[in-house]
Amino acid sequence: MNAVPRQKLVVIGNGMAGMRTVEELLAIAPARYDITVFGAEPHPNYNRIMLSSVLAGEKEIDDIVINPLAWYDDNNITLHAGNPVLSIDPAARTVTAASGLVTPYDRLLLATGSKPLAPPIPGLDLPGTCAFRDIADVDKMIAAAGAKTRAVVIGGGLLGLEAAWGLRRRGMQVAVVHLMSTLMERQLDVEAGGLLQKDLTERGLHFFTGGQTEEIEGAGHVEQVRLADGRVIPADLVVLAIGIRPNIDLARKAGLEVNRGIVVGDDMRASDPAIYGVGECVEHRGQVFGLVAPIWEQAKVCAASLAGRDDSVYVTPALSTRLKITGIDVFSAGQLAAQDEADQELVYRDSARGIYKKLVLRDDKVVGAVMYGDVADGAWYFQLMREKADVATIRDRMIFGRAYADVSARGKGVDVAAMADDTQVCGCNGVSKGTIVKAITEKGLTSLDEVKAHTKAGSSCGQCSPVVQAILAHVTGEAVEAKAAGLCGCADLSHDEVRHAIVAQGLKSMEAVRQSLGWRSKDGCAKCRPALNYYLLCAWPAEYVDHGQSRFINERVHANIQKDGTYSVVPRMWGGVTTPAELRAIADVADKHKIPTVKVTGGQRIDLLGVRKEQLPAVWADLNKAGMVSGHAYAKGLRTVKTCVGSEWCRFGTQDSTGLGIRLEKLMWGSWTPHKVKLAVSGCPRNCAEATIKDIGIICVEAGYDIVVGGNGGIELRGTDPLCRVATEDEVLEYAGAFLQIYREEARYLERTAPWVERIGVDAIRKRIVDDEAGRRAAFARFIHSQKYAQIDPWAERVQGIDAHEFKSLAEVE
Amino acid sequence: MTMQDWIRIGLLADIPRLGARTVETSQGQVAVFRTSDDEVFALFNRCPHKGGPLSEGIVSGKVVVCPLHNWTIDLATGEATAPDEGCTRPVAARIADGQVWLELKAGLKVAHG
Ligand code: SRM
Ligand SMILES: Cc1cc2nc3c(=O)[nH]c(=O)nc-3n(C[C@H](O)[C@H](O)[C@H](O)COP(=O)(O)OP(=O)(O)OC[C@H]3O[C@@H](n4cnc5c(N)ncnc54)[C@H](O)[C@@H]3O)c2cc1C
Ligand code: SF4
Ligand code: FES
Repeated sequence: MNAVPRQKLVVIGNGMAGMRTVEELLAIAPARYDITVFGAEPHPNYNRIMLSSVLAGEKEIDDIVINPLAWYDDNNITLHAGNPVLSIDPAARTVTAASGLVTPYDRLLLATGSKPLAPPIPGLDLPGTCAFRDIADVDKMIAAAGAKTRAVVIGGGLLGLEAAWGLRRRGMQVAVVHLMSTLMERQLDVEAGGLLQKDLTERGLHFFTGGQTEEIEGAGHVEQVRLADGRVIPADLVVLAIGIRPNIDLARKAGLEVNRGIVVGDDMRASDPAIYGVGECVEHRGQVFGLVAPIWEQAKVCAASLAGRDDSVYVTPALSTRLKITGIDVFSAGQLAAQDEADQELVYRDSARGIYKKLVLRDDKVVGAVMYGDVADGAWYFQLMREKADVATIRDRMIFGRAYADVSARGKGVDVAAMADDTQVCGCNGVSKGTIVKAITEKGLTSLDEVKAHTKAGSSCGQCSPVVQAILAHVTGEAVEAKAAGLCGCADLSHDEVRHAIVAQGLKSMEAVRQSLGWRSKDGCAKCRPALNYYLLCAWPAEYVDHGQSRFINERVHANIQKDGTYSVVPRMWGGVTTPAELRAIADVADKHKIPTVKVTGGQRIDLLGVRKEQLPAVWADLNKAGMVSGHAYAKGLRTVKTCVGSEWCRFGTQDSTGLGIRLEKLMWGSWTPHKVKLAVSGCPRNCAEATIKDIGIICVEAGYDIVVGGNGGIELRGTDPLCRVATEDEVLEYAGAFLQIYREEARYLERTAPWVERIGVDAIRKRIVDDEAGRRAAFARFIHSQKYAQIDPWAERVQGIDAHEFKSLAEVE
Repeated sequence: MTMQDWIRIGLLADIPRLGARTVETSQGQVAVFRTSDDEVFALFNRCPHKGGPLSEGIVSGKVVVCPLHNWTIDLATGEATAPDEGCTRPVAARIADGQVWLELKAGLKVAHG
């Protein structure tokens, strides 16, 4: 075989469109070109979409790199990063870079993206202003958030709101100036825009709608933003995010045909047939682009074209939009409203829950959808829209979602089993369910990361990850489902089935459970009784009467049994803080009752060991008198909340970790849980309270609080998974409380948070607690409700005579 | 051999269903169990394994599970359930007119608690 000489391909722009085209090209024609890439930014190719998550502190730059430097090496690509191209000579077929390097090409690909729109506002060049486009901008914003307090974001569209939210998460006071009267007016109708504004206002953003920026003022640095109507907003940082325009400077100078963007044909070729264009810099049939979904299509077509295939034609797909603000669900696609009499609108509104959905129909076909608060069915509506499906038969139900409209689709959420193979799961990358299933079965994939790597589903904006995960579970999960943990030998049911039946069938006593669910033994056994007792208590906190005889001795008598049959007594020491008076009282109790051992526990409190059972009520009475209550050192419940000294004393402390630990302990004490629960709060990332091996850990940072979950320092060491970062103590309480409640409601008895998180995956938990604000609030409310019945000091009750029979023998016989 | 006698130790109602109470005797502590069918059984309150207090275990059917290391002991015979081996001494027990009686050495000092 004679070697075909390779042609030279030069790519200008090391961004998302350019490198996706190169990836596509390598896949279909790996030997055709020697590839050289010029990038203005000094970084390898990264996921620009995720800059929002980096700004919000949810991801690090390292997490968003798409192609690391090794990828360029592996594919023999010459990368000139940080070396922008300054000119193109189409006649000589060369490009000249800032470094002076002149590089010849046979084919040239323009992928220069776009530039932030910068209107002629005076003061825009003052230090303290930036756009939101690249890593350099994000670095500036993060630096400002660390040092300054007030930010103004100009622009209330997708980008502006994501910037505003990220800065808010980093602790800044943020005002958004928006020219229009409602937010995201290009993606949302007035109603949804209003709900969005309300939610974001509740989260601490301030809005100046109908606000035209007249001038950015300051002496040497921005100080304030003045609006045309005279309003003045103080600012240490101004972020401009009013839109983008295609970056066409090079192309124009080179004499290529440009309009708003570089004009390309259906084969992605520019007016010079040796030059191609993809991404935000191009204009195709009068349209320019600002989202990745159409750009991925362009990359495919462009790669085919570069590979010498002429049968590939680019058609702009229907587009949908989502907002990447954690916990705020927005979806929109197509028309936002009826445009004439032929269009009809279906509207669903639940103002109490902040849910709004609108479908626009024309000739019994979906032509638009706007959703707020509950976007679970967005993908389905979008699919109906793209397929131009006739919806006449489901029209009366479809606004309630697929589960109601489609009788074959049962259950809540996304029913992946019922999902058609051609349903698009990942909108950014155009990956269908069928493609995902095929990759999983053919390549034997077992993790979300593998599926992402092989299919690209979930690798851009990440919103579809839960669905991808569900498909993975569905395809690989049969075996896992079958061996779900059984409760005990008394019945054939799994823990999950029993829990479900208790709630679904309204079973409120152990007898009812055993009768309805076919127990083979009348009393149950030592395994199932504690589990049932817990499940009932958790399901019916106000009604169920605890059954002491179904509890392990420690929980029945509220002390830990020791090897010699004596007990230990551990009073609560809130957040590990004590006082001279408490210590004196403990010393007096030890002396008075002749308690043989006093020990500091591993949980930052004091243990009185070797107390005889009949002594317990008197010991407790004395501790109660000194203001101390049970530390539940014996409970499948909240044990300790360890803390460090934090900002109160420590030279590194960023927040009041001790105070927060005490608040958490006061919130959670007394709760019964599937297994014991331990917390810790550290005042800074040095983490002296060892928060990263706790069921719930809080690590204070300058900008707020990192919540981590699912750690365990016990038999099998497991470090926590990060849940999220929040800005205030109140949020910590809400998130941690919601986490605890979901654990209480869904984990199996005797399953600690570590194996539970491992089993269901932290992504699933994050989705429920971080992304779903309404769900989180509701879980937290259920926790607070159940705590009303749980926060009663069991020692005080027993001092007053409850369960007196436990502490006395029935008789003495000589 | 000492004389055995039926001794009244208290009311059935003083023992919780699926629970136990203890009785101090000169030979050691006795655990008196009450099943869900209101049968009573008595065993010396020392697990055949390492002497755990069986009165603190969870009762179901006619067995109790020791609180220290989960051995399952038959209430009627005091035998540990396989695979564990060992036996704790049973004490004959019966109910008459709502009163619980144990067959023990004579002499009742204190009743009820
Ligand atoms: C008293 C204490 C040891 C001490 O003297 O410091 C202790 C004592 C016991 N631990 Fe612990 N643990 C104590 C701190 C810990 C810690 C350290 C911590 O909390 O920071 C751990 C590792 C952290 C963790 O839980 O992830 C710890 C991991 C365990 C485990 C393993 C749990 C696991 O999930 O793997 C067990 C066994 C179990 O629960 O099944 C256990 C069980 C026990 C038991 C209940 C064993 C038993 O069944 O008798 C001990 C009860 C003694 C008693 O009567 O007080 N203990 N135990 C500590 C009491 C803390 C407190 O103030 O409440
Ligand atoms: C914060 C943010 C959030 C976003 N969120 C979403 C979202 O949720 N969903 C979505 O679909 N889209 C989103 N987008 C849009 C998406 O990122 C873009 O559509 C996509 O990156 C466009 O790809 P591109 O390659 O055309 O441009 P870019 O990714 O910008 O790449 C262009 C590259 O070319 C370089 N370049 C320019 N001129 C030269 C030159 N002369 N020489 C060398 N290099 C040059 C630039 O430095 C840049 O690195 C978001 C964008 C931002 C900024
Ligand atoms: S490590 Fe914990 S469980 Fe083990 S002996 Fe010490 S206190 Fe007991
Ligand atoms: S002492 Fe009873 S099981 Fe060990």
